[in-house]
Amino acid sequence: MGNKLIDLQGITKSYGKQMVLDDLNLYIRENEFLTLLGPSGCGKTTTLRIIGGFESPDKGRVVFDGQDITDLPPNKRHLNTVFQKYALFTHMTIAENIAFGLKIKNKSKAYIDDKIKYALKLVNLDGFENRMADSLSGGQQQRIAIARAIVNEPKVLLLDEPLGALDLKLRQDMQYELIRLKNELGITFVFVTHDQEEALTMSDTIVVMNQGYIQQVGTPEMIYNEPENAFVADFIGDSNIIPGTMIEDELVEFLGTKFRCVDKGFGNNKPVDVVIRPEDVELVAPEKGTIKGVVTHLIFKGVHYEMEVMAGGFEWLVQSTKMSPVGAEVGIKVDPFNIQIMNKPESEDEEAVGVDE
Amino acid sequence: MNKKARRKNALVSSPYMVWIAAFIIIPLLFIVYYGFTDGAGNFTLEQIKSIAREEYYEALILSLVLSIISTVICLLLAYPLALILRNMNLSKQGFIVFVFILPMWMNFLLRTYAWQAILDINGVLDTALSAIGIEGFNIINTPAAIVLGMVYDYLPFMVLPIYNVLVKIDDNVINAARDLGANFWQTLVKIIIPLSKPGIASGIIMVFVPALTTFVISDILGGGKLLLIGNIVERQVKADNLNQAAGLSLVLMVFIIINMLFSGKDEPDIKTVKEGKKNEKLR
Ligand SMILES: Nc1ncnc2c1ncn2[C@@H]1O[C@H](COP(=O)(O)OP(=O)(O)O)[C@@H](O)[C@H]1O
Ligand SMILES: [Mg+2]
Repeated sequence: MGNKLIDLQGITKSYGKQMVLDDLNLYIRENEFLTLLGPSGCGKTTTLRIIGGFESPDKGRVVFDGQDITDLPPNKRHLNTVFQKYALFTHMTIAENIAFGLKIKNKSKAYIDDKIKYALKLVNLDGFENRMADSLSGGQQQRIAIARAIVNEPKVLLLDEPLGALDLKLRQDMQYELIRLKNELGITFVFVTHDQEEALTMSDTIVVMNQGYIQQVGTPEMIYNEPENAFVADFIGDSNIIPGTMIEDELVEFLGTKFRCVDKGFGNNKPVDVVIRPEDVELVAPEKGTIKGVVTHLIFKGVHYEMEVMAGGFEWLVQSTKMSPVGAEVGIKVDPFNIQIMNKPESEDEEAVGVDE
Repeated sequence: MNKKARRKNALVSSPYMVWIAAFIIIPLLFIVYYGFTDGAGNFTLEQIKSIAREEYYEALILSLVLSIISTVICLLLAYPLALILRNMNLSKQGFIVFVFILPMWMNFLLRTYAWQAILDINGVLDTALSAIGIEGFNIINTPAAIVLGMVYDYLPFMVLPIYNVLVKIDDNVINAARDLGANFWQTLVKIIIPLSKPGIASGIIMVFVPALTTFVISDILGGGKLLLIGNIVERQVKADNLNQAAGLSLVLMVFIIINMLFSGKDEPDIKTVKEGKKNEKLR
């Protein structure tokens, strides 16, 4: 990954009294697959529209390749967008749709024809030139929207929940296809989704957003394994979030029991949130566990079993390939480095930014 | 559909069928019958051929010219207006559309008489212009006055269908055109206008047809001196010469049908619906 290509500096945007983005700072590197991830209404589309030039920020600057483009209209920006519901031109054929941007730029007919062929091949829709846009299925329209954008050779492709309207199987296929496309084209993708699995699968970098604030920026592994706050932990995957107290470095107490951990520097006797992923909870014989409990629910999930265990007054979510029947007495064991410690939000304000989904 | 549902359907639609037969089909058949017979009921083409009489022929030409001019003016006024309305925020939109169709609640005759009072010699406009030193601006009893009346009366019929298709165009379709490098004019010409063709076609039909056949506007604002084809038909009806009136009406109908074919020619809907059906089978 290369240099900063897009730099959002102090972006603030309100609609009427509603603050949608508040002093957002974010940079996007050349050749990066960056995903904006967050619940519906958190400001992802607004951020993308500001990058694309369809919305202007109340405050802040958009810098592209070292140039301030905050006031540049969309048709003057070197990036293209794939819109949420495809937005194909229904009065045109597929070929005319794809040719649209190139005709505006007065490219030669031979060049345009070549590009159409190339783009249709790239999205696996050869031979669709003369079909009408709305005679295609959702997945096909999605690919055409992508083809229509990439023939213009943008440096950045903005994609707003491009797979949102597709069914699960098609969505998974398209995820792989998008990754392949990105590698083949060697350009920057800014991708918007509210689906954490999609974000984890596809991205180089994930930006977790909530209520107009960036919660955490990092690689999928960092976001999943080391969530910085309870919101991220809760939003990404399933987790057990338990209030506790940091007794001292590498020792935390929760549910009335002391657990060894690997985190340091929280101070002594500080209230914290403890995050433990369900697949990191080990069920052992009662006397071998750190804390005792009883299995209350059991579901078979295919690859693993999912169980709920009542222990220490908390309903633990547990995923394991080994099954423990409902009613069984078990002990709970967690490896020290699977215990993730997070600072408790300090003010009410921050609390509001946290978990309320 | 099974038999039962079909029978139920027929039952529900029967009052409308009766209505269509009694008030549309049968009168139309009468017009065709009268148009092709003489007073004694013998077949003749004379009623149709009479359009070639100089007086009638000139009235038809004048009607065509004035209604085409009025339709074009309405289109040029209505399109930008509908576009501005579309781009306004929603709360204002409803109000402006309401204000715009408000005159339609007033009687059509009253509105036309009001224009007569405004345009008349020594009328409101003349007096006002004289007061600031402009004398002799009189368009009453001229084709210009008739065109003015037509445009004023029929403009809402152009605005509404165009506005209706424009608001249905997804914002992101327009954004996509901008995103792909089109400026405002390119977006208008290549995307917005083609997508609003069905509305334009309806608007043209809804303005052109009444303008072509009107006799009231030409009566009131043309002073009875400028005869449109509508006036000729009206006179024949009043003179109890129904055969002649029917014959001329049939000639008019030809122009109306030509207009409809022309403006409905490339309505995108039909084409895409067919394509979609074809593909459904393929899938
Ligand atoms: N044009 C607009 N006018 C008023 N409010 C808007 C507008 N666009 C978005 N919003 C509001 O801004 C918030 C963020 O919207 P958006 O960026 O679309 O969220 P996301 O894409 O993350 O679901 C939402 O609460 C939405 O209602
Ligand atoms: Mg959105």
